[in-house]
Amino acid sequence: MVDKKKIDEATGTATVGHEWDGIEELDTPMPRWWLWTLYATIIWALVYVVLYPAWPMVNSATEGVLGWSSRGDYEKAVAAREAELEPIRQALVSTDIHDLPDDSALRNEAIRGGRSAFKVHCVQCHGAGAAGSKGYPNLNDDEWLWGGDMEAIEYTLVHGIRNPDHAETRFSQMPAFGRDGILQAGEIDDLVSYVRVISGREDESASATRGAALYEINCAVCHGSDAKGDRTQGSPDLTDAINLYGLDRASIKHTITNSRNGVMPRWGQRLDAATIRMLTAYVHSLGGGEAAPKPKEGSTEQVATETPVDEQS
Amino acid sequence: MDTLLLRVGGWLAIVFFAFIAMVLAADTGFAVHMAIIAMAAGITLWVTINKADYAAIGRGILKAPADPGIYDDDPIRWGVIATIFWGIAGMAVGLIIALQLAFPVLNLNNEYTTFGRLRPLHTSAVVFAFGGNALIATSYYVVQRTCRARLAFPGLARFVFWGYQLFIVLAATGYLMGITQSKEYAEPEWYVDLWLTIVWLCYAAVFIGTVVRRSEPHIYVANWFYLSFILTIAMLHVVNGLSMPVSLLGSKSYAAFAGVQDALTQWWYGHNAVGFFLTAGFLAMMYYFVPKQAERPVYSYRLSIIHFWSLIFLYIWAGPHHLHYTALPDWAQTLGMVFSIVLWMPSWGGMINGLMTLNGAWDKIRTDPIIRMMVLALAFYGMSTFEGPMMSIKAVNSLSHYTDWTVGHVHSGALGWNGMITFACLYYLVPRLWGKERLYSLRMVNWHFWLATLGIVLYAASMWVAGIMQGLMWREYGDDGYLVYAFSEVVSAMLPMYLIRAAGGLLYLAGAFVLVYNVWMTIAGKQREEKPMTETPHNEDLDKPIVGKPAIAPAE
Repeated sequence: MVDKKKIDEATGTATVGHEWDGIEELDTPMPRWWLWTLYATIIWALVYVVLYPAWPMVNSATEGVLGWSSRGDYEKAVAAREAELEPIRQALVSTDIHDLPDDSALRNEAIRGGRSAFKVHCVQCHGAGAAGSKGYPNLNDDEWLWGGDMEAIEYTLVHGIRNPDHAETRFSQMPAFGRDGILQAGEIDDLVSYVRVISGREDESASATRGAALYEINCAVCHGSDAKGDRTQGSPDLTDAINLYGLDRASIKHTITNSRNGVMPRWGQRLDAATIRMLTAYVHSLGGGEAAPKPKEGSTEQVATETPVDEQS
Repeated sequence: MDTLLLRVGGWLAIVFFAFIAMVLAADTGFAVHMAIIAMAAGITLWVTINKADYAAIGRGILKAPADPGIYDDDPIRWGVIATIFWGIAGMAVGLIIALQLAFPVLNLNNEYTTFGRLRPLHTSAVVFAFGGNALIATSYYVVQRTCRARLAFPGLARFVFWGYQLFIVLAATGYLMGITQSKEYAEPEWYVDLWLTIVWLCYAAVFIGTVVRRSEPHIYVANWFYLSFILTIAMLHVVNGLSMPVSLLGSKSYAAFAGVQDALTQWWYGHNAVGFFLTAGFLAMMYYFVPKQAERPVYSYRLSIIHFWSLIFLYIWAGPHHLHYTALPDWAQTLGMVFSIVLWMPSWGGMINGLMTLNGAWDKIRTDPIIRMMVLALAFYGMSTFEGPMMSIKAVNSLSHYTDWTVGHVHSGALGWNGMITFACLYYLVPRLWGKERLYSLRMVNWHFWLATLGIVLYAASMWVAGIMQGLMWREYGDDGYLVYAFSEVVSAMLPMYLIRAAGGLLYLAGAFVLVYNVWMTIAGKQREEKPMTETPHNEDLDKPIVGKPAIAPAE
């Protein structure tokens, strides 16, 4: 179209004179506030690139007048925190583990650190409230597979459970009675009935009576005649209402048929000794913590007295 | 006849080679894709044979060229339908994955329906299928009208449309089968990338060819934006897609870059996909359809020049702000941040020019629901282009990065700006493209407006809250200096926000269904009996190319 400048009636502004498919353009100057804000951001940018690392040169970039770097910033923050924690870590590692429950100030400090470390390393399996889930033990109750005093907990943390190629790891292995053909399906059903009877889930039955006999031959060697389990070999108590994999018939049957072999990492190779001690104190404080067993030679019996917990968990 | 033979032979060869590649394929996904390509080429072959004008060929005369006195609108009509179709598909998948985040059981324990595969399906469907078709269709419409010329290379223009749909199908089916090069917004593998490159270059040829054929002395601002979008996307796509296939008969490839270089290339691409696809391209739509609908001149020619050049110059450098506090060297992070801040005003230039174009027609916001949609789109454009620079500031980014704030930011831009401006353009286009007096119902445009607006508000607000809550919880240290929350606790705190977000998405999708109904009825030639609202008249007589008149040399 022919260039025709004219005054737009509604705004009183001149048009530029071009027209495309009926669209014209006004010759409005750029809004001042817009232009000045643009200039301000440019000036700010120029200042910023002088103050901070910005311009790539031949071998490295300009470092900026302030000498700031993200790594340096991070290292400074970490170092400050490390320095703050150092005395607590020292004290934790140098205190005898049996004395820790009695030193309430240090113990509280350890529990706080342990709660934090737990949120990072342990909640994935044991849950944010340490209540566990199927296959992952609840750490709030007083049922322990391997012992619930400070030393036992720390040993479990350091060496883990069923770690391959690690001699000190906690290790137990129940036979896969069904899969390996040790017991027939009917026999396993009877055993399931028996386990449910002794844990108070079912009434006595003929099946359970047959199961009792099978238990004595196949299971008592590890779980004990009284079915109370044995912490020295990590065999669980079968008489209480707590079971890692559930107490319904199907779950128990699956356990007897295939066995279960849960694992836990050995944190000794990942975390420092002080953090592990913090975790120990935290887990110990959750509700099931036990006092150290009385040093009596030849006895595997552990006294399950709860330590008084003055700490909310 | 020779041409016909050549074409048929060419398509037959593609069918043949695709079939061979399918049989020899190294993996199932590649085989399925080759089968799709063979089928597509087969269909094209069949259409070529059936549609051939044998009589004309028999008489030995070339087919007469299409009427140069009208615009070439067929591919635009197809594009409008495709835009709506992919829009519904992409938004529906978005709703599904929003619900998956609230209820993980909806992953259906099946590899094809997991979040990880559906998420790129959603992003690609809404950005490239819905947005891409809208851009291609509107660019064909706008470039013809503002150049007063028919599309250059009509055959190529049609090839671009169908070729682009094939790209979408290959990308989407690939995601479901697990074929991905793991680059965000650029997931398709090497052979699909190559195909898109061919299609895109043809698109560039059609667009530039039409601009060259223009009957107007000057190139309208919308076309600058379309051109910058087409050229930059070509460059971004090619560089980011550089990779080495493991086998020419398999889908897997390895990127040409590694480590932090790859990350930087990816975000140079990713950020400019936002900058040039979702910003420059959609500003082009805005620059034509807002003044047309408002029947007002563009607010400021000078502003359009300055903000265009500053926008395209600055955007290209801002990508590193996606990699704050990573292995990316500090200097690159600094530059990414300062360029993002300076980008603020150039971005707002588009908003000012759009909104102020309503000077003298402000009453239309009250009476014209299409204008209302455009105004809302520009408002969200302004909001997210302020939010973006703010989030690129390192101190803010240290809180917002990796949180749902980013998701909220993206969606206030995508739903508010890209979605609403696209809907407004569709409502403008449909009656004109199908030669109807008016839309089936303007009142229903109003319903769509409110459903979508409420949806966006719920979406953006819930994600802002969720994101800031996440960021604060992740970094929360107690007085004792220890971490307060486990990651899982932060995840469970998100549930109410995720539910609100899904509700917002549902409303937005419901609005899109209102559009489908309205467009369907309009094309069917129906008109709803309702109290009239403001219509923008359409002058059929002026909606024609200028024929037989050479371009006037620029006056200046």
